[in-house]
Amino acid sequence: MQSNAALEYDYSVAKLFTYTTILFGFLGMLIGTLIAAQLAFPELNYLLGEYGTFSRLRPMHTNIVIFGFTLSGIWATFYYVGQRVLKVSMAESKFLMFMGKFHFWLYFVGALLAVITLELGMTQGKEYAVFEWPIDIVIVIIWVSWGISIFGLIGIRREKTLYISLWYYIACFLGIAMLYLFNNMSVPTYFATENLGSFMHSVSMYSGTNDALVQWWYGHNAVAFGFTVPIVAMVYYFLPKESGQAIYSYKLSLLSFWGLMFVYLWAGSHHLIWSTVPDWMQTMGSVFSVVLILPSWGSAINMLLTMKGEWNQLTDNPLIKFMVLASTFYMLSTLEGPIQAIKSVNAIAHFTDWIPGHVHDGVLGWVVFMIMAALFHMAPRMFKREIYSKSLMEKQFWLQTTAVVLYFTSMWIAGITQGMMWRAVDEYGNLMYSFIDTVAVLHPYYVIRALAGVMYLVGFIMFAYNMVKTMTASKELAQEPQFRSPMA
Amino acid sequence: MFHWLEKNPFFFAVGVFVVIAFAGLIEILPNFAEASRPVTGLKPYSVLELAGKEVYKKDNCIACHSQLIRPFKSETDRYGQVSLSGEYAYDRPFLWGSKRTGPDLHRVGNYRTTDWHENHMWDPKSVVPQSIMPAYKHMFTNLADIETAYAEASTVKAVFNTPYGPEIDGTKAGWEKYKPTVLEEAKKIAADMKNKDVKDAVARGEVPEIVAMIAYLNRLK
Repeated sequence: MQSNAALEYDYSVAKLFTYTTILFGFLGMLIGTLIAAQLAFPELNYLLGEYGTFSRLRPMHTNIVIFGFTLSGIWATFYYVGQRVLKVSMAESKFLMFMGKFHFWLYFVGALLAVITLELGMTQGKEYAVFEWPIDIVIVIIWVSWGISIFGLIGIRREKTLYISLWYYIACFLGIAMLYLFNNMSVPTYFATENLGSFMHSVSMYSGTNDALVQWWYGHNAVAFGFTVPIVAMVYYFLPKESGQAIYSYKLSLLSFWGLMFVYLWAGSHHLIWSTVPDWMQTMGSVFSVVLILPSWGSAINMLLTMKGEWNQLTDNPLIKFMVLASTFYMLSTLEGPIQAIKSVNAIAHFTDWIPGHVHDGVLGWVVFMIMAALFHMAPRMFKREIYSKSLMEKQFWLQTTAVVLYFTSMWIAGITQGMMWRAVDEYGNLMYSFIDTVAVLHPYYVIRALAGVMYLVGFIMFAYNMVKTMTASKELAQEPQFRSPMA
Repeated sequence: MFHWLEKNPFFFAVGVFVVIAFAGLIEILPNFAEASRPVTGLKPYSVLELAGKEVYKKDNCIACHSQLIRPFKSETDRYGQVSLSGEYAYDRPFLWGSKRTGPDLHRVGNYRTTDWHENHMWDPKSVVPQSIMPAYKHMFTNLADIETAYAEASTVKAVFNTPYGPEIDGTKAGWEKYKPTVLEEAKKIAADMKNKDVKDAVARGEVPEIVAMIAYLNRLK
């Protein structure tokens, strides 16, 4: 029999990951803003000698925001949500407490190692899969510890039915495990020879076109299972919790979940349209990308309709605003992606700034907004204090929203301009522009984008300040708020 | 309808895994063997070129440069013949890139020279006044890791049957014997360069990164 007494959930691991979410978010966005500025003002490449060029810092930016900020956010929310939807406290199991803490500390050490080796130029040379094999092994252990935490908590659960958010966390765990393992298969050269050369170096198991296919099967779906699936997990938990509304439709969530699982993996080859992979794979990637609109919009519409009849909350609760905007940006970028996957559009868009533009309306508008909203919602429950400042949150919201809009509009224009200039021919059929003409023309857009970066970064600092103040100086709460988060 | 599944975490996880796994199998496996075949006459990278490819990876040139000429007239006019799958058969990893902040480099060896690269890496604006690429002066002093490049050649020969000769055997003795061959190749590149420090280093039996890098870029044809 279940007891009716309220459970005391243990948030020590969730808190640790909350700290790293803020730390890595700040670092990743700081570097991102710097490299955006470098494209507009190339002198900024020389701040840190050979370690400070755009090319060296760009993987630092992507890896810190993906594997630092986003993963920390996913785990902070998992160690919060997991206990609550399964109705067990981590404090009930010494083993799970240990695993959670082990997971965090190994992750922290792994992140430091990753940053150091990357900055030294030790890389496999595959985007978003840059770490050499010893770091990969550490990453596998980190990932397995998370798996043990998930299934350990499930093993001792009181609530028998797995809530939707958990479906998505499980999918994230399994999807990334499969993709990461296969894409990072490589042979360490030190052991394949008489210990010659660098200990860290390895060669990919796949070559050329095959390597490209495996890499983008991974790369695209790392976005799927890192930037979409766990973020959907968050919105399914935090939006109903904050608004006090039930999820609009169970059937729609079922359809969206299984649809997303089935369709997403096929779309990877849309990164390779007009490349040397066979035509049928490109077409497959293109078609499935368009089909992908259905499950993506399914989740987003389910979220928006959850607010049905309660839209007034949008005006007086900034947290709801963050989550509704996140869902809206999710719809925007899941429509934009398929458009770019159409072959004729891809011919213009590929290799241009429209692609980073697309990525950033997704991550800045959807991923970061949702993670910040989740942490804002968790803070009063974890630290037993009200949110420090509502007005700061409002200001942050508008500053960052403006920043995202500036970011993607400037990059849309830059991308399409450049794509059209590359193919422009004069009346005799000769190319009209030399390559450098198409670079010079982008300068104003790069300036706008850098400005957008600064604005977004300032917004994130406001978030961090608000969180730190909430943890340390805000009014204490006598009891846990039920729905709407209290804020001063 | 699916309520039973949501109460059975094990079957739920298996279900998810099967649903996500088979797309990968269908897309990647059928063409695997064919896509591994090199075009006729393709030679594996020399050890110096491999060391240069490492420099290319280390300084992460793929952040801004692609190596993939798409089948459009505007691309073949600008960069040369369209890229073929078999040309990449010895590329581990592939270095197609995903963004062209700078131009494509798949056939840069056809229209740029050692001399041009030397000037460009030292100061890009000296050859392309509007360039936003940073200078890579550290390549003129840092040394390329030719021993690791030899290890890589030996590894791909042993594991993937990449057609290197018997002199690439992955042993310490083999490397000592082969090293002069790499230095000879480096001397040929350095002969076309003007930087005094680089020339001195090569004469001393060292290989600055820029020399390996240029060997690699010249090979891209």
